[in-house]
Amino acid sequence: MSEEVLQHAAPGLIPGSGTARAAKPTRLSPSFISWLQAGPMMLVFLAFFLIPLVFVVIVSFWDYNEYQLLPAFSGRGYTDTFEGCIAQLPDLCTIGKTYLMTLKLCFMVWALTLFIGFWVAYFLAFHVKSKTWQMGLSLLCTIPFWTSNVIRMIAWIPLLGRNGLVNSGLMKTGLIDHPVEWLLFSEFSVVLALVHLFTFFMVVPIFNSMVRIDKSLIEAAYDAGASGFQTLVNVIIPLAKPGIVIGSIFVITIVMGDFITIGVMGGQQIAAAGKIIETRVNALQFPAAAANAVILLAITFLIITMMSRIVDIKKEL
Amino acid sequence: MTETTRKTGVSRRTLLKGTAGLAGLAAGSGAITGFPYVKSADAKVLRYLGTAVNEGDDIAKQCLKDTGIKIEYITATTDDVTKRVMTQPNSFDVLDTEYFSLKKLVPSGNILALDAKKIKEFDNITPVFTKGETPGGKKIGGQGTAPWKVLYLEGKDSKKFATSATEFVTLIPTVYNADTLGIRPDLIKRPISTWAELLNPEFKGKASILNIPSIGIMDAAMVVEATGKYKYADKGNMTKEEIDLTMKVMTEAKKAGQFRAFWKDFNESVNLMASGETVIQSMWSPAVTKVRSMGIPCTFQPLKEGYRSWASGFCVSKGVSGAKLEWAYEFVNWFLSGFAGAYLNRQGYYSAVLSTAKAHMEPYEWAYWMEGKPAEKDIKAPDGSLLEKAGAVRDGGSYEDRMGGVACWNAVMDENDYMVRKWNEFIAA
Repeated sequence: MSEEVLQHAAPGLIPGSGTARAAKPTRLSPSFISWLQAGPMMLVFLAFFLIPLVFVVIVSFWDYNEYQLLPAFSGRGYTDTFEGCIAQLPDLCTIGKTYLMTLKLCFMVWALTLFIGFWVAYFLAFHVKSKTWQMGLSLLCTIPFWTSNVIRMIAWIPLLGRNGLVNSGLMKTGLIDHPVEWLLFSEFSVVLALVHLFTFFMVVPIFNSMVRIDKSLIEAAYDAGASGFQTLVNVIIPLAKPGIVIGSIFVITIVMGDFITIGVMGGQQIAAAGKIIETRVNALQFPAAAANAVILLAITFLIITMMSRIVDIKKEL
Repeated sequence: MTETTRKTGVSRRTLLKGTAGLAGLAAGSGAITGFPYVKSADAKVLRYLGTAVNEGDDIAKQCLKDTGIKIEYITATTDDVTKRVMTQPNSFDVLDTEYFSLKKLVPSGNILALDAKKIKEFDNITPVFTKGETPGGKKIGGQGTAPWKVLYLEGKDSKKFATSATEFVTLIPTVYNADTLGIRPDLIKRPISTWAELLNPEFKGKASILNIPSIGIMDAAMVVEATGKYKYADKGNMTKEEIDLTMKVMTEAKKAGQFRAFWKDFNESVNLMASGETVIQSMWSPAVTKVRSMGIPCTFQPLKEGYRSWASGFCVSKGVSGAKLEWAYEFVNWFLSGFAGAYLNRQGYYSAVLSTAKAHMEPYEWAYWMEGKPAEKDIKAPDGSLLEKAGAVRDGGSYEDRMGGVACWNAVMDENDYMVRKWNEFIAA
């Protein structure tokens, strides 16, 4: 089912779809049809992604003053950003600290969403036998998405606050005599909220990979005497890898650029790469903001390149 | 699949709908400009860009009733208002913004000064704006971007602020207030009288300031000065060394866990205070009122070092001319004629023309809000909800006491770029 959806959405990207269509009698060459099918999406990408991105890169090398962009070449956006990075050694400079924090949050969220997402997908794919139930339960996972991002995030505040439900519950049971402060406006609450928000993005691609695993392979492993754990490590995880990588890309790219969740749940006291960009934009320092955006993009791109080195997603699909 | 094929043919209906939508979009975005104005006789519409402070529905309704001008609000945060003026000057007609933004807005050439001669009540505008003193003659602190420093331009299209009165007014004043720390008296249980208390270790993990760099650093400077660590020549225009010093004090406090959270908008500040996450923080007057209207004790605490003040006013986009400019004058004149002023005063802000606002308020309301007297009757908000019971006195007292106690004004510093970088460093520390 999922393959159909993919083919429908972006036929040109699926190897073999072009040749399948070529069987029909037509005068147009198969590759031309493939381009035609991929064309609209390409144009949208070009107009709304690539061209703006080129502008961002160009603007990042401009100069600026209090109220306007000065279209003259300047590396100021970048030099300002890395200000003090050598002078302050061995202490980290602002940008170093910010990225260290962003990467740390990103890693924690990635590890947790992967762990939870993997087992939710595993349960859905292998323990739920009927297709109807699989569908029903996956839909259940989408319930948090029925309200807005911001509301799902803010809902944690009355729960975790100093006088919140968790603290008052713990106080009543006598487990603690002072409210626990690190529940809210801390790295803990940021990670909690991000995991809550984004685990679903892990579940879907992993589940998608898992349902496509040929059940006879698992039976073969079982017949050959593999234990449950061996089957998991040697059969299921390798075959679910594309889903894991796609899910990881979703989660990592979102968390790297996030500043709203980190801001609200971190009490605005935790640095984030996205937050620097926001502060710069608000101060009308567009070239500096653009330079930071380019840096963020480069780092995210690096991470994703490394991940796709591990798995050739295109081949696996 | 079948569904898609059925839908591929573009029907005439959908095509028409599409083009109509596009045309509407273009008109709305101001892309179409050169057209003759056909319906000017019956459709007086002004697009009003501003923050939520002045944008009451009741004000727009009353304005339509009195003048026939339909106000379309475009609401944004202070930062976004400035951004919009810079990048889309044709997307609004009337601009309502703060005086401290002028240092960015005026050089951009995207706004048009108004002519003081066409403002009926201009001579009755409070001397807070024109002379830097209260009607009672108290001198007001002028650190930062005080309105009287940027009120006039040298000429119609000049980009220079005039040192003495001219007829070209950058912003016609509308609303202003004096800000200070909000506290929870029920949780602090002792008198608070100085800004220095914000960094008192007694409130460790229970303090907050705003995460808007240009305003946050002013509050921080009030604190630094109150602790006796340093005396600024101008808190609103620090040198690099002064910025470093201020941020160092704040960074140490942050690392020691003094702050529970920083806040960025009105509701965040209300939630922090109402939930008891913080007991002392920089705050805005209506936010204190909101906490109180939830039945939670909260005081807008007057402090001995004085208030940090802000002010906003009207100007128009550079694209406004002809009939539209006349409507803009008509609207500004209406705004100063009393109804809106009384509405703002009842929220705890101050109106620019006091005499007209007074005529639109009950004597007991005026006594409570402006004269600092105990309320004779229950005090109600413009929407009719109860704010204070009879007998209550306004925090900080009278207009004279509050505005007379202003120490500095919201500002954009010459070293703004450096300050913003240091602020990011502070957040990352």
